[in-house]
Amino acid sequence: MQAKVLKNILSVNEEMAERNRGVLDSKGVFVINVMSSPGSGKTSLILATIRRLKGRVRIGVIEGDISSSIDAEKVSQEQVPVVQINTGGQCHLDAGMINRALDNLPLDNIDLLFIENVGNLVCPAEFKLGEDKKAMILSVPEGDDKIYKYPLMFTIADVIVVNKIDLLPYTEFDLEAFSQAVKGINQKAAILAVSCTTGQGLEDWVSWITSNLQPQ
Amino acid sequence: MHELDITQSMLDLVLEEAKKLGAKKVDHIHLVIGEMSGVVGESVEFYFGFFSKDTIAEGAVLSFKHMQTQARCRKCGEVFALTNSNWVCPNCSDSNMEILTGAELYIESIDVE
Repeated sequence: MQAKVLKNILSVNEEMAERNRGVLDSKGVFVINVMSSPGSGKTSLILATIRRLKGRVRIGVIEGDISSSIDAEKVSQEQVPVVQINTGGQCHLDAGMINRALDNLPLDNIDLLFIENVGNLVCPAEFKLGEDKKAMILSVPEGDDKIYKYPLMFTIADVIVVNKIDLLPYTEFDLEAFSQAVKGINQKAAILAVSCTTGQGLEDWVSWITSNLQPQ
Repeated sequence: MHELDITQSMLDLVLEEAKKLGAKKVDHIHLVIGEMSGVVGESVEFYFGFFSKDTIAEGAVLSFKHMQTQARCRKCGEVFALTNSNWVCPNCSDSNMEILTGAELYIESIDVE
């Protein structure tokens, strides 16, 4: 006999992500899952944000990498609570890993939690973690055609941050064409152009965050 | 992408469903996989061969319904497949669209005894 199942194969991860949401919502923590290729500027953006919001918003960070604690060490120098997850080979964070990491964070003293995912434009798009918003960073040197090569990531993002705009004069990156292509398949995503190096555009990014924090 | 983990998850779900049905054997598993999910059917079959050994799903046939990445033009309503590097409506050339299919990754049904 044939029996209908209609179950998402990743439903176990989705259920755990919902549990994470429950815990985080009960503690009033707003969570942003930050995703990009390696080297696009995830850590730089998080550090720049911490420096701008310190004193106004209580921030915590979960760092995800296959190995090393380089990023967590940088964040801890900013005096914010941080947990480093080393996946040991898995190329994305999953909801189970986040669930365990939450036990090591002072959630009662955190308003805004950044989860810095493993550098990867493929798999993080599939694995929910319990976040409120998905932020995706694309840096100028990567080229403006990545939306066609990694469509799922661009479809699911709530905000797309184009980083390293100080390098625009040295590349063929067409910011206008890129924005049009993104708006075509993702009407809801905010598109922000920044440089973590020069600071350009970062106030808009901070405004996007604080406007999302308001309802909390 | 992650066919090993995905196959294990899929098998766990299938065995759980089969148990609920009181089944003695799983003959056929019908899967729906979207183009954007990046999952390769042959790799799933490969891992399934290992993981299903000594379970009631051993020897089950896997069928894959592949879903193309399709979009609907928000201007004229045309439904079309997204391919290559210029995503505009083939009918009216507008670039504003709604993605309809392509991200699926689910078990549609199972055939059991």
